Amino acid sequence: MNVYADNAATAKMRPAALRTYAETAEKYFGNPSSLHSDGQRAAEELSRCRAKTAELLGCSPREIIFTSGGSEADNQAIVAAAIAGEKKGKKHIVSTAFEHHAVLHVLDRLKERGFEITLLPVGERGIVRAEQVRNAVRDDTCLVTVMFANNEIGTIQPVAEIGAVCREKKIPFHTDAVQAVGHVPVDVNALNADMLSLSAHKFGGPRGVGALVSKLPVRPLIEGGAQERGRRAGTENLPAIVAMTTALELSVAEMTEADAKIRAMRDKLIAGLKAVPHCALNGDEKSRLSGNVSFCFEGIEGESLLLLLDEAGIRASSGSACTSGSLDPSHVLLAIGRPHEVAHGSLRLTLSADNTQEEIDYMLKEIPRVVQYLRDMSPVWRDLQSGKRNYVL
Amino acid sequence: MALYSEKVMDHFKNPRNVGVIEDADGVGEVGNAKCGDIMKIYIKVKDGIVTDAKFETFGCGSAIASSSMATEMIKGHPLTEALSLTNKAVVEALDGLPAHKIHCSVLAEEAIKSAILDYYTRNNLPYDESVFKKIGCAHEHDGE
Ligand SMILES: Cc1ncc(COP(=O)(O)O)c(C=O)c1O
Ligand SMILES: [Zn+2]
Repeated sequence: MNVYADNAATAKMRPAALRTYAETAEKYFGNPSSLHSDGQRAAEELSRCRAKTAELLGCSPREIIFTSGGSEADNQAIVAAAIAGEKKGKKHIVSTAFEHHAVLHVLDRLKERGFEITLLPVGERGIVRAEQVRNAVRDDTCLVTVMFANNEIGTIQPVAEIGAVCREKKIPFHTDAVQAVGHVPVDVNALNADMLSLSAHKFGGPRGVGALVSKLPVRPLIEGGAQERGRRAGTENLPAIVAMTTALELSVAEMTEADAKIRAMRDKLIAGLKAVPHCALNGDEKSRLSGNVSFCFEGIEGESLLLLLDEAGIRASSGSACTSGSLDPSHVLLAIGRPHEVAHGSLRLTLSADNTQEEIDYMLKEIPRVVQYLRDMSPVWRDLQSGKRNYVL
Repeated sequence: MALYSEKVMDHFKNPRNVGVIEDADGVGEVGNAKCGDIMKIYIKVKDGIVTDAKFETFGCGSAIASSSMATEMIKGHPLTEALSLTNKAVVEALDGLPAHKIHCSVLAEEAIKSAILDYYTRNNLPYDESVFKKIGCAHEHDGE
């Protein structure tokens, strides 16, 4: 049996989105900047997508900047706010310890350029409180950026509350909503967000396309032509934008039904995996994305777990060092207080409405088997069992 | 996955010599759970020959494959040969490892050296200290 359980990494394209992708490439081949009729037809299609996306996100069409994806949107939002802040002598940014690297690495760069960065701790549950943001902001804070939902452990942040604090303090607020859009209701106004990032491939659209929603003027990251009202140069990737719009429309239309189905499967998976001795769910159980299951299993390492699960047909991911290509395990797991040796043994399963009950049952049979197999050859597990080493979980 | 050679995948999926030797003549454990890799190698020695070798490993696919291959390469061989087994030889026998996984083969070499050192020490045998270079985790970790 083959089970795709890595939807947070990228979700399979929706067939309807794939169709509109091909149709648009064929039919709307003109450049939207061209004055002739082929160009203008493409421009109309682009503006239809902009209006539709705005409607689905509760913002205005002119607030939407189509980008090459979530990373670009995050980069642009942060860099634009930093440059605007610097002009006013404000060089302090508040964020969290478990943001995506598309945020954290930009903040690292800014730090090199004299910005002061406050990364708020997210606690054991993986949730930052609005109160923490209130206490961290200062007169020279030029941006607060807090993700909507974490990509590894799925925990949902109190974004609207944080946004309200920022409104009150008149500080620009950006949220990386890449993992949320298309999965939970996202209304930019209700969130009190000034900027929001999204990415199509997380909700059944193509890879390499996304958007930055911005209520504030933002300078371009990519300089050149006057596309996107001068905020993002480059001939628009119309087929991808149309396919993203189709995927978003369908995701929003099917959200309630899909959510109930995915949640039920997730809860069964979580309950079943908890029966494995010395393991723990990562992140708050309630305030989490309905498709996210993230566990740490003591005494084993994540990459070998992933490879063996792949052999068994199960496509998953892990925050172990070996899977990240670095020596340290995921910063997200460390941020919620997992010790290194435990963080190495992590497993993330992210579900979609395409998964089935049979697949859940299959995973519940295979995962404990593979975990046990690896524990049986692990000297760490032996030491835990003999009492030479103390269990953490 | 194309991350690893077929040889690595074979030794990872069907590891040789997994387990414990209860009455081992030498035991070596290297690595650190913090780093995500620990290797423990057990050897039996008779008349200067490594008559048996087994391993337990906590680690990634290449760590398990390296332990499996390294134990295969010393079993039935004289101690002196086992002592000169290099991580490079393990990598070659595995048809290569990705650059960031080379440390797994280093651990295998060190685990074997450490088991042999244990054997020498237990039996009060003289040995050349310079052969046993510093064993253990040498790299830095951030976020600690
Ligand atoms: C929370 C979050 N932010 C940003 C990104 C980057 O998005 P993209 O892959 O579209 O650049 C991702 C996905 O990898 C993500 O999960
Ligand atoms: Zn280390």
